[in-house]
Amino acid sequence: MLSEKEKKLIAEILERLTPVAEDIGSDALLRMFVTFPGSKTYFSHLDISPRSAHLLSHGKKIVLAIAEGAKDISQLTVTLAPLQTLHAYQLRIDPGNFKLFSHCMLVTLACHMGDDFTPVAHAAIDKYLSAFAAVLAEKYR
Amino acid sequence: MVEWTDFERATIQDIFSKMDYEAVGPAALSRCLVVYPWTQRYFGNFGNLYNAAAIIENPMVAKHGITILHGLDRALKNMDNIKETYAELSVLHSEKLHVDPDNFRLLADCLTIVVAARWGKAFTGDVQAAFQKFLTVVVFSLGRQYH
Repeated sequence: MLSEKEKKLIAEILERLTPVAEDIGSDALLRMFVTFPGSKTYFSHLDISPRSAHLLSHGKKIVLAIAEGAKDISQLTVTLAPLQTLHAYQLRIDPGNFKLFSHCMLVTLACHMGDDFTPVAHAAIDKYLSAFAAVLAEKYR
Repeated sequence: MVEWTDFERATIQDIFSKMDYEAVGPAALSRCLVVYPWTQRYFGNFGNLYNAAAIIENPMVAKHGITILHGLDRALKNMDNIKETYAELSVLHSEKLHVDPDNFRLLADCLTIVVAARWGKAFTGDVQAAFQKFLTVVVFSLGRQYH
């Protein structure tokens, strides 16, 4: 359950991340591949070495989608509809991995924001990413 | 038995040698109580946990955070035998404290994030993986004696 204050905080933080979406996204992905090697199995068709073009563009895509959803959290199901279909019918990534990525996003944010990543901000973003992941997996079954 | 690479051993020792226990312990535990509020159920006698500010300023939380962090020193000194090292503590958490072992993972995640915030860019994916592997073994060992 997200309060109005939290929604505002989330939107603010993600807006600030939009210009560096590439760095944030690729950093989070890389952390996930190193810490949870099973997640790499979904990327065997891409070059996911550090700072590769694929990694940067993919990281950017993911963070921009997360930022877009944050602009109006009450409309997540509408905003994510195309991505829901993509993940359910084409990508079929086991949703357990969404949790792993979310965790790595939080670590990336901590490294990036230092003390500004307060416990309250952490809680808000964690809740948002959980909601985002849940909506993303809605069409799976 | 867990196999540690030289890099992992060195990284984990490095993280703890640079650790400011008095700051990180309280930060990790208070963060856990804020981000996962249901964990407050184990701290009913800790006084004011009413909101984030109260939790972060609570001296009992701070003291306990330091205690927990120093509890990791044991694993640090016995990296090849972490399961045995925590057998007694595992029994304590199960039979006396009745803590759901899932909570150990939540606290470990918060600790990772606190350390990450302090290290910044130096907390690379490789460093994170090593630290999380260590914490995973600790978490597993603490849950091992539950039955």
